[in-house]
Amino acid sequence: MTARATTPAPAGGARELAGRAASRGRRLLDQTLLRNLALAALAALGLYLLSYWLGRFDNLQLATIAYYFVAIAGLTVLTGLNGQISLGHGALMAIGAYATIKVGESAELPLAALLAIATIATALVGVVIGAGAARLRGPYLAGATLALAVGLPALANRFPDFLGGENGLSTAPPVPPSSLGVGFALERWQAWIACAAALITFVVLANLVRSRYGRAFRAVRDDEVAAALAGLNVARVQVLAFVVSAACAGLAGGLLVVVTSLAAPGAFTLELSIALLTAAVLGGLGSLAGAVWGAAIVVLLPTWAEDIGRELSLSTSVEANLPLLVYGVVLIGVMLAAPRGIQGALSWAGGLIGRRVRGHTEPRSRGASAPGEEIT
Amino acid sequence: MRTRIKPLLLGCAVALGLGMGACGGDDSTDGGETPGVTDTKVTVGGHFPLTGPAAPGYSDIPVAIEAYFEYVNDNGGINGRELEFIARDDGYNPTNTVKVTKQLVLDDGVFAIVGGLGTPTHSKVVDYLNSSRVPDLFVSSGCLCWDEPEDHPYTFGWLPSYTVEGKTLGNYIAENFPDAKVGVFYQDDDFGADGMAGLDKYIEDQIVAREGYQSGTTDIGPQIAAIKQADADVVVLLTVPTYTALAHLAAAELNYAPQFVSSSVGADPVTVGGLLEEFSKGAAGTDMIEGMISDDYLPPVADTSDSWTQLFDKVRKKYAPDLPPSGTVRYGMALAYTFAQALQAAGEHPTRDGIVDALEGQELAGPPLAPYRYSEDSHAGITGVQMGSIKDGESVPMGDVLTTDDGDGPIEPYIEGHPEAPKDGIPPPQ
Repeated sequence: MTARATTPAPAGGARELAGRAASRGRRLLDQTLLRNLALAALAALGLYLLSYWLGRFDNLQLATIAYYFVAIAGLTVLTGLNGQISLGHGALMAIGAYATIKVGESAELPLAALLAIATIATALVGVVIGAGAARLRGPYLAGATLALAVGLPALANRFPDFLGGENGLSTAPPVPPSSLGVGFALERWQAWIACAAALITFVVLANLVRSRYGRAFRAVRDDEVAAALAGLNVARVQVLAFVVSAACAGLAGGLLVVVTSLAAPGAFTLELSIALLTAAVLGGLGSLAGAVWGAAIVVLLPTWAEDIGRELSLSTSVEANLPLLVYGVVLIGVMLAAPRGIQGALSWAGGLIGRRVRGHTEPRSRGASAPGEEIT
Repeated sequence: MRTRIKPLLLGCAVALGLGMGACGGDDSTDGGETPGVTDTKVTVGGHFPLTGPAAPGYSDIPVAIEAYFEYVNDNGGINGRELEFIARDDGYNPTNTVKVTKQLVLDDGVFAIVGGLGTPTHSKVVDYLNSSRVPDLFVSSGCLCWDEPEDHPYTFGWLPSYTVEGKTLGNYIAENFPDAKVGVFYQDDDFGADGMAGLDKYIEDQIVAREGYQSGTTDIGPQIAAIKQADADVVVLLTVPTYTALAHLAAAELNYAPQFVSSSVGADPVTVGGLLEEFSKGAAGTDMIEGMISDDYLPPVADTSDSWTQLFDKVRKKYAPDLPPSGTVRYGMALAYTFAQALQAAGEHPTRDGIVDALEGQELAGPPLAPYRYSEDSHAGITGVQMGSIKDGESVPMGDVLTTDDGDGPIEPYIEGHPEAPKDGIPPPQ
């Protein structure tokens, strides 16, 4: 992704000035890209060690967090940075999942190619939906994407011979390469695939949001008229944001197939779409680090709550509903204590400590920064 | 700009820590020991809808299984081992089924999966369980697909298959309503398809309307109206309890009163009556399904002279007094008994392959009215059912127990009867 300056050099600016700006731009590009790559490499190392330390089921949880991260990161770019709400990302994941299985059935392709196809296919669908979404605002956009979430998975029941109906489609799990040894756990391999995809998504998105496209996303979010006056094609920017976001959802759908070996309408309910948005808000809207938090919470919290319920030996009906209760309480708690999400609260706390250390006394309230301010 | 790195690094670090704190490293490798079996305990588990739309009725099954296991434990266990049951909630969502089943196998380290509920759900974990060599016993679904001993040697059905039920219901209608026009209201998955395959063997020309529903949609008015339009005198319900109740309510709204004939899946009067009361806010109840004809595969809940009914009621009153004496609870107990029986048959040192061999090699008999079909070539469950009808809110049997197969085999009466329950309620050593 490029990181050239968005505003053209002043009309009277000398060529020399433009040249300086360009070289400065190039330095910036190096910094952003290098920084994100270094971060990704560090995270990869951490995840690699983690995957050996974790048990098989926990590796599966890690893989689940990774694909949730991919979907939530895409959504957080769309909603947090571009200001478009989507209640239909679960349906976009369904497209990626079904594409992975259908293409995999008809052609012998490596998994990476299948995932790329799922991503591209969903991105293409995103063009169509994004074009419609760009004309809609606020509740109408929410309503339209809601219809998508409810309607699209039902297609599987409309074409049961092709899409498997309610029963869905199944596929074989990925086979770990024999070079890793015979005893290599399938779950670890699944975690590697999902984490690798998540890291690639992170690098691409982290660069994108700091590029001119990212700035265009934010400009359109903050004030469409001002953005248009600055020469941005508002509709095109919105469609682009939707396409990026849809591509992420498609990849997440493909990864879901890698982890669960199936695509069925029951997996892509409205609850999934809402859970994705909830996770993005919980983690911190517009923040990729927040997407990590959100993904970890939606995946781990139900399991923990269930285990706690089991430890306390509550009655089955109470125990079964405990995860929902805990989820609700966490949601309310985070929104009350940290309206900008977990990452928002962390960066606020970090900033506070930083100022203390540097001896700054300048008062700054928590609400001073705009919501969704980029925190990457 | 550089300062922005910190939050992300922090995020990654904490996420790592979070992941580590969450999980204890336990790469469970099978080193000779049988997972889930210790000298004092056998742990098994299953996936059930404990929350969500499919939970009403079905969420009682694991409670009933646990109740019977507790009864066994208080009476010495099986070969000195206590039985533990872990029920995990999948909300009838296949993705969750995959997750919780792997959790049961990898994290909880269960010996076997027992009674995993649902066709669209359980079919997604059959391959996994078989490739991991985990016994997958007594699936709570009548799909024919559990009976594939070649491809799935560790999976066993238990319920009479939907086709066996469909054939028996079709035969009954052909004999008792030979001139009736028949409408079918079915669940649009293999429950409906397998059931209709059975019906079609006897009453294909009598059927004038076939209307399906997707599990999850609650507006079924149009389908019932279409069946009424076709002038059906008899309506066959291949439905789960929720939709049996909804179909009756929709028919009543249309002033349509056909003879309902329901598969055993959706015919438990206690469960359906409770749902009717709930949906109609008390305006309707069990009286609405009075006269409905159905089939059953266990001794009736109301037949207090039956030794199995007595046993299950004794266990329910002591270990799960909150549960109603419903068909669902009876089902859970019968299932739990069958597992205890299979474990007993697997000998003093049960292994995963041992329990499969025991089921294939020994002729088990227990609470069901008709015998099981288990052998090396068949992993199908109960072979037959008995017709009945609902009188005064209770299911009353009619005629002989009838057995048949999933193909074109004849329907034959089975007169030997099922065995008495053991005196102490625990399967005796074989």
